[in-house]
Formats: sequence, structure tokens, C-alpha cells
Amino acid sequence: MTLTTLLLLAAALIGIGIYGALSQQSFVMLMMGLELILNGVMLAAVAFWAFSGAGAPEGQLLTIIVMAVMAIEMAMGFALVVAVFRGKQADMTESLTGLKH
Amino acid sequence: MESMNHGLGVDIAFLLLATLAVVTGWRVFRTDSMVRASFFLLVSFIAVGVIMILLAAEYLGVAMFFMMAVEMTVMALFMVMFMMNPAGLNPMNMVHQERIAIGAGVAGFLILGAMALLAIFPDQPVPAGLEPVRSLGNEMLGDSMLIFESAGLVLLTTMIGVVVLSSHRGRYGAAAEGSMPPGLEPGGDPAGKPEEDEEGEGGHHHHHH
Repeated sequence: MTLTTLLLLAAALIGIGIYGALSQQSFVMLMMGLELILNGVMLAAVAFWAFSGAGAPEGQLLTIIVMAVMAIEMAMGFALVVAVFRGKQADMTESLTGLKH
Repeated sequence: MESMNHGLGVDIAFLLLATLAVVTGWRVFRTDSMVRASFFLLVSFIAVGVIMILLAAEYLGVAMFFMMAVEMTVMALFMVMFMMNPAGLNPMNMVHQERIAIGAGVAGFLILGAMALLAIFPDQPVPAGLEPVRSLGNEMLGDSMLIFESAGLVLLTTMIGVVVLSSHRGRYGAAAEGSMPPGLEPGGDPAGKPEEDEEGEGGHHHHHH
């Protein structure tokens, strides 16, 4: 377990997350992709804190802030899913055509 | 390369957990069942949480377990509520622009991986006497209190925003007004009747001469 292997794992999680966020048609699956990206970000932050930051507490604080971002993303995402479902009776990204030119 | 010394057991555990995190993270987008997808994501998060504990960030690792267990349960519930096929009884793969997405994902991994392999990061491990939980607590309620409290305020704002967004009363009238189910095929007829408003729209019009 070195900084390099940890960052490679974080990069793999972020890469899978990017794929999911860009490819999924269902909003909830799309949010799962975003969650995976943040998962990798948190792992990278903790890895830097443990190996490169000399134990500076701000490194852990950054992870807490990313967790808060994740909670906000989930809550706003679900609210938007509910709003879209009310209007379109589907949770597919394709059903949102209102802003198409 | 690193001066933090740990046993072989930690390395083996890390290898297994890393594999688990990546494989379950990948399976999220490769399973037919939406509920199973959210539990795969949960496993991926828990594996990362255990790695955090291996890195001596106990508080963050345990916080990750609790947060993700609740979040993924909520996610599974939403799946059941909104998806046509939550149980995965039929094979399903709902994707768009898949080639671009694969390219972007691979590019993201390669760029970040190259940074991990090629960049030179300072070698400053956690000092031996440091208590991670105590130092985090002192930071959150000491120097960085304003940041920590702002996160709480933003969460409160989020709660208000979420209630506004998901309200039955939309911004321009009833949220479900004129709502039509999507067609069974793209551009096809709606797959059912439009949802009736339980109040009855007729009554409203009479009052607005």
C-alpha cells in the first residue's frame, strides 16, 4: 500500500464514475457515477493526508467537506428526479427536451 | 518508496479491498437489477472506507460506513419507486453515447494514473505520535470551524431547496400539470393516460373570470 497504488485505485474509481455519469440514461444511475467519482476523490484526499501531508488535519477536513458535497448531491439529485418524474413520468435523461434548440 | 512501515497483511488486505472496490464499482453499471446496482456501490464505498481505516483515518472510514449505508438504502428505495425494472427480471442496459463515455472514462483513468505514476509527491507520512481523530476534532472545532459550520449551513439550504423542488405545487402551477407518460418507443404514443389531478382542474377555471 503506497501512495502510488492508492492514487491508481482512486483514478480507476474516478474513471468508472466518469463512464457511468456520461453513459447512463436513468438519473439515479447517473448519480451513482457521480458518487463513484467522489469516492475516488475522497480516497485520494486521505491517501495524500497519510503519505504526503505530514498528518495535517486539513487533509481529513477536506474529506469531510467532500462527504458533505456528496450528501448535497444526493439530496438535490433525488429532488430533481422527483420534479422530473412529476412532469414527464419517467426518470430518463432523454425525457428532458425542453431546452433543446 | 514510502517510509510508513506496515506488515504484509496490510498490503494483502489493501490488494483485496482495492480489487473489490473496482470490481463492484464496475458491476454497478453492468447489472440488470437497479437495487443490486446500489448495493454494489455500497460495497465499493465500504471497501474504500476499510482502506481509509488501514491508512489510520479511523473516523473518516467509520463515517463512510454509516453515511453510505443510509445513502444507498435511500437510493435503492428510489430505484424501486422510479424504475420500470428494479428487480432485474429482464436484461437491461440503458445507456447513451456509450463510446464517448468509455473514451472519457479511460482517458480520465490514464491521465490521473499517469499523474500518480510520474509526479513526485513529498514523502511526509503521518508522524508516529499523531492521534488522527483528536487532531481532526481540534481542527473542526478550532481553526477550521467556519468552514465546518458553513458546510452545515449549506446542508440546511439544501434541505429547503429540496422541499421546494419536490413540492406538488410547482413553480408555474401544479407540478404534474400536463404530465404525459413517455412513449413505448421513441416518438411513439404515450404509454397510458395523462395523470388526473386529484383536485380537478375545472373548479379553478371558474373562479378566474
